[in-house]
Parts: sequence; structure tokens; C-alpha cells
Amino acid sequence: MEQLFEGLLNDHLGFVVWAAVAFLILLFLLAKFAWNPIMSAITERERSIEDALLKAEAAKEEMARLTNENEQLLKDARAERDLILREARHLKDQIVNEAKSVANVEGARMIENARLEINSLKAVAMADVKNQVATLSVEIAEKILRKQFADQHAQDELVADLLKEVKIK
Amino acid sequence: MDFRHILNSKKIFLRVILGVLFTLTTCKTFAIQEEKAPVEAKNAEQEAFNPTTAILEHIADSHYWHLWGETSIPLPVILFTDKGTEFFYASEFHHGHEAHQGKYYTYKLIEDKIRVVNAEGAVDKEASSHIYDFSITKNVVALWIAGILLFIIFFSVAAAYKKTVGKAPRGLQSLIEPVIMFVRDEIARPNIGYRYQRYMPILLTIFFFIWINNLMGLIPIFPGGANVTGNILLTFVMAFIVLIVVNFSANKYYWKHIFMPPVPVWLYPIMIPVELIGVISRPFALMIRLYANISAGHIIVLSLISLIFIFKTLWIAPVSIIFVLFMDVLELLVAFLQAFIFTMLTALFIGTAVEEHHH
Repeated sequence: MEQLFEGLLNDHLGFVVWAAVAFLILLFLLAKFAWNPIMSAITERERSIEDALLKAEAAKEEMARLTNENEQLLKDARAERDLILREARHLKDQIVNEAKSVANVEGARMIENARLEINSLKAVAMADVKNQVATLSVEIAEKILRKQFADQHAQDELVADLLKEVKIK
Repeated sequence: MDFRHILNSKKIFLRVILGVLFTLTTCKTFAIQEEKAPVEAKNAEQEAFNPTTAILEHIADSHYWHLWGETSIPLPVILFTDKGTEFFYASEFHHGHEAHQGKYYTYKLIEDKIRVVNAEGAVDKEASSHIYDFSITKNVVALWIAGILLFIIFFSVAAAYKKTVGKAPRGLQSLIEPVIMFVRDEIARPNIGYRYQRYMPILLTIFFFIWINNLMGLIPIFPGGANVTGNILLTFVMAFIVLIVVNFSANKYYWKHIFMPPVPVWLYPIMIPVELIGVISRPFALMIRLYANISAGHIIVLSLISLIFIFKTLWIAPVSIIFVLFMDVLELLVAFLQAFIFTMLTALFIGTAVEEHHH
């Protein structure tokens, strides 16, 4: 046993110390100038990539949402347009119908008025015509009578005829 | 159709390569056998090849960095003695053949360990026990090279992150980022939970440090080839750091589980030591696992190469090369796997230490 470990420290302590020093210096320098910058760069890049992916996903969702919204809007607008059109048509029909009925009533009223007017005017005119005919008849009769009674003989004859007629009856 | 065509061309390509390899090696074999036949006989008498020593030498730490043949880089030797600090180059030892007269003692390299010798050249055990070897050995240099590589790679990657803020990664950055993400998403987060961020630096450092050292160990020539992660002292250092990190980040539930486990009180004398052993044994297992796996890989590759020297023929070389190629590919996987397992278990231990219990 003693033989086995003879000179162990004398021969090998040096290498152990050199190796430890070399490794620790290597660890320190690499950690400071290589591992930390490299790891932080990798982490940073990973984070930025992840961020970019998340953002792209969000943008896609936003796009889909916007498209949906647009479609909804379009649909709503179309429905509203249809509604407005339907209402307008309905209103038009209503107005036309109303106008028609009003016109009918008015027309009937006017016709009635006109008829009444015509009737009254006709009555007046008839009365007038009757008067004139009567006057004319009287005048004609006067003229005839005057002519007939200008001659005495004719008057006598007429009276005789009248008398005859009266006698026969 | 195109696909099949490519497959065919690959097959053909592979066959051509193998063919060339075989012819080359066989030609060489003849040539070398003819030339070296007398020399070899002489060498065999001089010293028989001992694969065990050769392999253990290759996976051990050294004061030299062997390049090729007789060429090697002598590394600086730093000794803390009871009288003062010594500094000289390992070339002074002439590969252990000569002693070096230092300022305070005379030193000799015995089995690549520095010992004090007296005037007669015998080892002075008493004096040797006062010497502490702080040399910049092959493994220390390999550690520095790996560290510098890690600096260069990850500083440039960090700079790239600063340049391309919020953009897709490019170049080296896009090669490294999946691995970092793997450590974060497969190792840290599932095991530690939401507090994983605090432990990312240590986990990433452990992971890439082990991985790059494993890979460097697979390269057979200069900047690589050192058996750093297959060195139990290094794995000890790492496991010790893990032990400290785990126990210093532990919360009251973790300590309560150790010192007041949910068992009858009369079992405490058994349970508390068991739990305390558990605290030590987990990093201990980490230490042994990494060391054993990487050392085993190196030993297998070296053994396969040693076959050539054991059989003393180049005829065996193609077999060795194919098996070594297979092992190297396997070791590439093991290099990643061991880095992964070490980091994974570290994360798991940290996770158990910081876990919130709601009884």
C-alpha cells in the first residue's frame, strides 16, 4: 500500500494543480466571454421568434375576425336595404291607393255637383222657354185673333160655328 | 437512380483505395524485410519488444513530447523543493540516461518520474519526498492547446452571435449551436429543471472540454496524441469540481435526505454513512468512467499497432490498420458519448441536489 502511493503527491500534485487552474480559468473565461453572450443571444432570438409567431397568429385571428365582421356588416346592410325597399314599395302602394280613393270620392262629388247645377240650369232654362213659348203663343193667338176679327163677317161666321158646336153638344 | 450511382461510385472508390493500400504495404514489406533482415536479428537480441511497457509509456504523462523517431520536444521542468524552486528543460535528462545537477540537488528521470540521486547515482528517497514536480508536462501542454482551441472556437462563435443578432446562425456558429442546444435541451433542462440556466456555463465547459480533449487524444501526431482525458488525475480534478459544485448548490432537502433520511431512527447509523459514501461515490464513478473509457480506447489502438511489432512483419499491417480505423471511428463516437455521459450525470447530480421536495 505504501509502495503504491509512494511519491503520489510528489509526482502528481503538480499536474492536478495545473489541470485545476487551467480548467477553472477556462471555465471563467468561457463563461464570461462565450457562454453568457451565446446563451443570452440564443434565448433572445428564441423569444423574438416566439413573439413573431404569436404576433402572426394574432394577426391571422384579427384578419379572420375582421373578415367575419365585414361579412356580417354586408349581410346587415343587405337586409336593411331589403327592408327599406319593402317599406318603400308598401308606402308607394298605400299612397297610390289613397290617392285613388280620394280622387274617386272627389270626382264623384264633382260629378254630382255638376249634375245638380245642370239640373237647376235646365229647370231655369225650361221655365224660360215655357214663358217665351207662352208669350209667343199668346202673341200668335192675338195676331191670329186680330186678323180673324178684322172682318165682321168672319166674326159672325165664327160665332155662328161656335154656337153650332155648342148646340150639337 | 442518381442515388444508386453515387453508392456505386463510392464502393468503387473504396475498393481502389484499399487496393492501393494493400499493394503499397506488401511492396514495402518486401523491401523492408530484405533490407532489415540482418539488422532485425541484431535488434531482437538487444531488446525484445515489450508491448505492455510501450503502451503504458504512450498513455502516460511525460516530460517530453515525442514527435517522431528520436525527435521529441523537451518540456520545461519546474520543481518545488524544500530549498527553493528549480527550473530547467527536460532535455538535461537525455531521456533518463543522465542525471542533472540542479541548484539544490542532483535529479534523474526514472520511469519518467523525477528523483533525487546522490553522488553514487542511487535514488535518495528521503530527499525525493521533499520534491514536488510542477513541470509543464505533455498533458499540461495538451490541456493548454485544448484550452486555446476552445477559446478560439467559442470566442469566434460568441462574436458571430454579436454580429448576427436575431438572425439565423452561419458558419462555425451553425455547427456549434445545435450542440449547445443539445446540452441545454437534452442535458440541462430535463435533469436540473427551471434553474438550469445557472449551471449552463459549467455544463457547457465540461462537455466541450472533455469532447475536445477526447478528440485531440485521437489525433496521433503532434498537437494531439496526449492522453489527457484518459489520465485519472485530470478526471479526478473534473470529478472534484463536480463534487464541489453539486454539494455547494445543494439545498436543505438534499442535506435532510442525507442526515435525516426517511427511515426509522435506529437505521441512521447505517443509512447516514451509506448516504455520505453516495456523495463521494457518484463523482468517483465519473472519474473512473471517463478515465477507463478513454484509456481503454488508447490501449486498444496501441495494442493493434503493437501487433506489427509483436509479429515482426508488415504483413499484419493491413489488419492492424483496418482494425485501428474501425476503433478510431468507434472512438469518435466514444469521445462524444463520454463527454455526454459525464455532463449528463453532472446535470443529474446537480438536479438531485437542487430538487425541491414537497412532502
